[in-house]
Amino acid sequence: MAAPEVVAPPLVAADDSRGRFGDSFFRTLTLAAGILIFGILALVSLYLIIESLAAITASPDKLSSGQPFWAYVAPIALGTLMCATIAIVLSTPVSIAVALFISHYAPARVSKPVGYVIDILAAIPSVVFGAWGMTTFGPGLVPFYTWLSKVCAPIPGLNQVFGTASTTGRTLLTASIVLAIMILPIITSQCREIFIQTPRLHEEAALALGSTKWDMIKATVFPFARNGIVSAVMLGLGRALGETMAVTLVLAPGILTANLIGVGNMTIPAEIALNYPEAFGMRQSELIAAGLILFVITLGVNMIARWIVSRYAEFSGAN
Amino acid sequence: MATNVIENGARANVLSSNTLPRWASAACIAGSAAASGLIFALASWNTPLFAILAALLYLAAWTILNAAVRGGRHGSNAFWATLVWVAFFLALVPLVSIIWTVVSNGVRGLTTFGFLGSDMTGITGVQDQAAAAGQAGVLGGIQHALVGSLLITLVATLISVPIGLLTSIWLVEYSRGSWLARLITFLVDVMTGIPSIVAGLFAAGVLMTYFNLIGGGYSGGKQVMGFTAAIALSVLMIPVVVRSTEEMLRVVPHELREASYALGVRKWRTILRVVIPTAISGIASGVTLAIARVAGETAPILLTAGMATSTNWNVFKGWMMTLPVYIYQQLMRPTAPSAPDPSTQRAWGAALVLILIVMGLNLIARAIAAAFAPKTSGR
Repeated sequence: MAAPEVVAPPLVAADDSRGRFGDSFFRTLTLAAGILIFGILALVSLYLIIESLAAITASPDKLSSGQPFWAYVAPIALGTLMCATIAIVLSTPVSIAVALFISHYAPARVSKPVGYVIDILAAIPSVVFGAWGMTTFGPGLVPFYTWLSKVCAPIPGLNQVFGTASTTGRTLLTASIVLAIMILPIITSQCREIFIQTPRLHEEAALALGSTKWDMIKATVFPFARNGIVSAVMLGLGRALGETMAVTLVLAPGILTANLIGVGNMTIPAEIALNYPEAFGMRQSELIAAGLILFVITLGVNMIARWIVSRYAEFSGAN
Repeated sequence: MATNVIENGARANVLSSNTLPRWASAACIAGSAAASGLIFALASWNTPLFAILAALLYLAAWTILNAAVRGGRHGSNAFWATLVWVAFFLALVPLVSIIWTVVSNGVRGLTTFGFLGSDMTGITGVQDQAAAAGQAGVLGGIQHALVGSLLITLVATLISVPIGLLTSIWLVEYSRGSWLARLITFLVDVMTGIPSIVAGLFAAGVLMTYFNLIGGGYSGGKQVMGFTAAIALSVLMIPVVVRSTEEMLRVVPHELREASYALGVRKWRTILRVVIPTAISGIASGVTLAIARVAGETAPILLTAGMATSTNWNVFKGWMMTLPVYIYQQLMRPTAPSAPDPSTQRAWGAALVLILIVMGLNLIARAIAAAFAPKTSGR
């Protein structure tokens, strides 16, 4: 490239059109790729809607359950929501604390390796989480469930939620805890990114006023990161709603029940994964329609997250 | 605080009053552990409960000690600091447990002769019954799953990387924040949130519709093949590639582009010769992470490529196995339902291989990013 020339090469003439075709071609090519994404998404939605219509409008006697479609899908949709909600409730406080640990509490030499360790957790495939939950974690929880069921038996309300304990530990609560562990690294890494962006001056100002570390975090880090935390949690929720394999492996499926530690409950992704390979005709449409419902729910959750982030984009560290 | 100093009298050192000695925290930990240990040594020993009780005792003791000596604010500070540390160790427990489970169970499967080099052709309940009874070794392996995972991931990468790369180039270099750019960014966000099982449904369904059309209303199951799975994975992979590449292209300094334009270089050549080479390490590590993510996907492949028992090198014809589906199948539907142990052993062996592959990809991504990263400040 660097020829030892003293004389500069002649400048390109203003009317030189060499490469102009390349410019417009490349521009069109990149735009086409963008529009292809639009096309794929349109196709996904269109396909799901068309295939679902058959099941949604079919008369009950043609469906596998012998009930109207909504009666079939409502329990599993509710199961999905229950599972994801418990997961997010369990995961959020721990994730925020771990993110705080990495950004503010851990000694500087430790915090980077710890970040890697949490990323390793994120890299473990969901089927491995499922296998672990099914063979190790679930059976390990059985004594706890038995104890919980015994303690809660005389308390009205609680004895519905923690009723007869399962003997295998493959229950909705186990699935939720496994999901909580899976989404922990997602929420943690998002929160950590935002926590370390807290303006140094704010923190130092708070400390200079005599704040303890916790006072400082309450006064500077949390207000700064509030929207980021919300969007991280919503992202985790979206992930928990769509998670398939962990739930399929961990949960021993059954009918919808409030008893979290007994046999029962089902989620939409697990229902599809268990039944689609053998399904055909109307049953296939039913499962696709269930998939559409799942898509709409996760879409809604993601939209809310984006909306929250964009609403405060100028003020928060989340942009 | 000043009043405290006066109350304590002139003898108290102003700097060391209201503080705890350095060893106080360690002493507190030791005390809580000892108390908890004593209780469980007298009752029946239970390690998890011992740890929980020790943590609770420490939380209470450390908070009260700080509140008593240094005041209420420091009490709550100590309380929350302890909770943060406990949360961190709590998060480590499942990680350690999972890795221990996979490694301890997986090594036996992995070191079985022929595990990597053979598939499940001809392995039926009979062989597994014999293996479970100890009359024979555990036969069968994961060759077909390795081949399937490799091919499907490769095809998915070949589909998604060009699309993702070109889209992000358009977004960063050409779009100038137009309404179309905002729409595509929005759609990429939506795509990021597509549940993997829905992507599988979509790919399976679209290909089935296609074969229905050309087959006159009967698809003949032709849609069950590796390529369909690759399409499903692409739907999951494209948004990841777009997001990471976009981020990397945006941090390329504008001065580089302007210097190139000033020399009379066309825009497309500037992008290909200046912008992309500058960002290539970030792009490569982003793509590697995306590959690592889809390599562990199970659900979409279960719906699209089915399950095979023998090695299939043709992505466009026939059922294919991948590592995650292999693990799922061996656990959920053991080859010999009455003697599931050989199947479980194979599943854990495959899980170990899968984790090694995925973590290897993550390490490679980090290495690429670290080796070629432009020097930046901050952490």
